[in-house]
Amino acid sequence: MSYLEIKNFTKSFGGLQVLKGIDVSIEKSEVLTIIGSSGSGKTTLLRSINFLETPDSGQMLLEGELLFDAAKANQYSDAEIRQKRLNFGLVFQSFNLFPQYTVLKNVTLAPGLLAETSLKKQGLKGRELKRAVHERKLEIEKEGLELLEKVGLTEKKDSYPCELSGGQCQRVAIARAMALKPLVLCFDEPTSALDPELTGEVLRVIKELKESTNMTMIIVTHEMGFAKNVSDKIVFMAEGLVEEEGAPSEVFDNPKSPKLKAFLQGVNSEI
Amino acid sequence: MEFLEIIKALCEGFGKTLLLFAITLLASLPLGLVISFGSRSKFIPLKAFCRGLVWIIRGTPLMLQVLLVTLIPYYLFNVGNTTIISFFGIKMKSLLFVYASLAFILNYACYFSEIFRGAIEGMPKGQYEAGAVLGMTKGQIFRKIIFLQLVKKTLTPVSNEVITLVKDTALASVAGVIELYTMAESLVNEFVVLTPLFYAAAFYLIFNGLLTVLFAFLEKKLNFYKE
Ligand SMILES: Nc1ncnc2c1ncn2[C@@H]1O[C@H](COP(=O)(O)OP(=O)(O)OP(=O)(O)O)[C@@H](O)[C@H]1O
Ligand SMILES: [Mg+2]
Repeated sequence: MSYLEIKNFTKSFGGLQVLKGIDVSIEKSEVLTIIGSSGSGKTTLLRSINFLETPDSGQMLLEGELLFDAAKANQYSDAEIRQKRLNFGLVFQSFNLFPQYTVLKNVTLAPGLLAETSLKKQGLKGRELKRAVHERKLEIEKEGLELLEKVGLTEKKDSYPCELSGGQCQRVAIARAMALKPLVLCFDEPTSALDPELTGEVLRVIKELKESTNMTMIIVTHEMGFAKNVSDKIVFMAEGLVEEEGAPSEVFDNPKSPKLKAFLQGVNSEI
Repeated sequence: MEFLEIIKALCEGFGKTLLLFAITLLASLPLGLVISFGSRSKFIPLKAFCRGLVWIIRGTPLMLQVLLVTLIPYYLFNVGNTTIISFFGIKMKSLLFVYASLAFILNYACYFSEIFRGAIEGMPKGQYEAGAVLGMTKGQIFRKIIFLQLVKKTLTPVSNEVITLVKDTALASVAGVIELYTMAESLVNEFVVLTPLFYAAAFYLIFNGLLTVLFAFLEKKLNFYKE
């Protein structure tokens, strides 16, 4: 039994079948990297894992428990989906920071709201609620500052996203996703929107995160050197299917499927 | 002391103008937001109703709408406005003012709703999705993430409408409300001089000047961040 198991995910948009039966599994504290050419369905898979898309069929099990079943998807309430989502974090290609909030507030906003909701659910009211929320928010702020230190942005805590470089924005986005303590953190091409000289700082942060937190991660990337270096397992997707998977050394140095060979050749000839 | 008398009367009219302006703005901004939600609803009858309403209200003159509202009791209940007055125990003046306010609120809400709808539809999807993956509810996403961005985005078109509203209040005269313009007109007839019209123009100009300054201030306030 793996930590996270995705079984037979399929997804169509209109007449176009983008996922054709994806099976992926990942162990706790592992870094899984998904590679594949444009349009192969990598983003759609990550979005499905994060409940931003609803697969047409398939299941997802977390620690052996059924977390998502496409057959029952229309029975899940909004609240249930929100709860299930919190097992995951997602870092977007385009950061999607909240422009009107400072760096620190971007990180602490969602945890603060969650804490407030749960304190209200505990039946706290009026003054008592206010005090409890205030105390909780102080803790959250402290945790937020620790996260910002991890991504090397302590001195930017009061800046607004528009005042940051792309690389800094993405590091804030990583801290923001970490703030909810997800079990599995997903990255969708975290460096694709960045100038080449800024990709290094983001990849370094991801690598340090792996080493310091043992976070389980699923990373979609076109940075092959990084993938080889940081991953425990590589999945190569082609046309909505897992074409080949294995340890980085196998996949990169001894590819078997012709599609993977062609893909790697294409990537190499780019350079 | 004709001058003082004229100014005093104009101030009284301007008070009415100001009241109509404030009531319209306070009610039509939130109502416009509600209508913009309705126009985007997945529930087709509601969407059709809101879009139809916006089409009718924006497609006909406000002056006509103000007049029609005063005739509602005749059409709906086949009673005159005098009956309404005695039933609710209010003055005719107040009733006419209520009518004018209703027409103005509905009219401006429809214009605002289109401004809001455009801005909501232009909001990057990533903002909603970023909120969603952070476990936020739809309400939280709107209040905490979208709303301020919406305000910033719509401030300029909204300020244009607001300045138009100041001048449009003159149309309340159709409902028999003695606001600034109507007062000036009646003073012209009473004193047989044209000056009240110029004084009235000055009132409108100064008020709009103040609003322009206010909006510039708000815009500057909202410049603490960029997209
Ligand atoms: N919401 C949508 N509606 C319609 N088609 C979609 C939608 N989302 C994705 N697609 C299509 O699905 C296919 C796979 O898209 P996806 O974004 O998952 O690919 P990808 O592997 O992430 O590609 P890239 O490397 O370019 O990011 C593409 O052909 C895309 O046009
Ligand atoms: Mg993609």
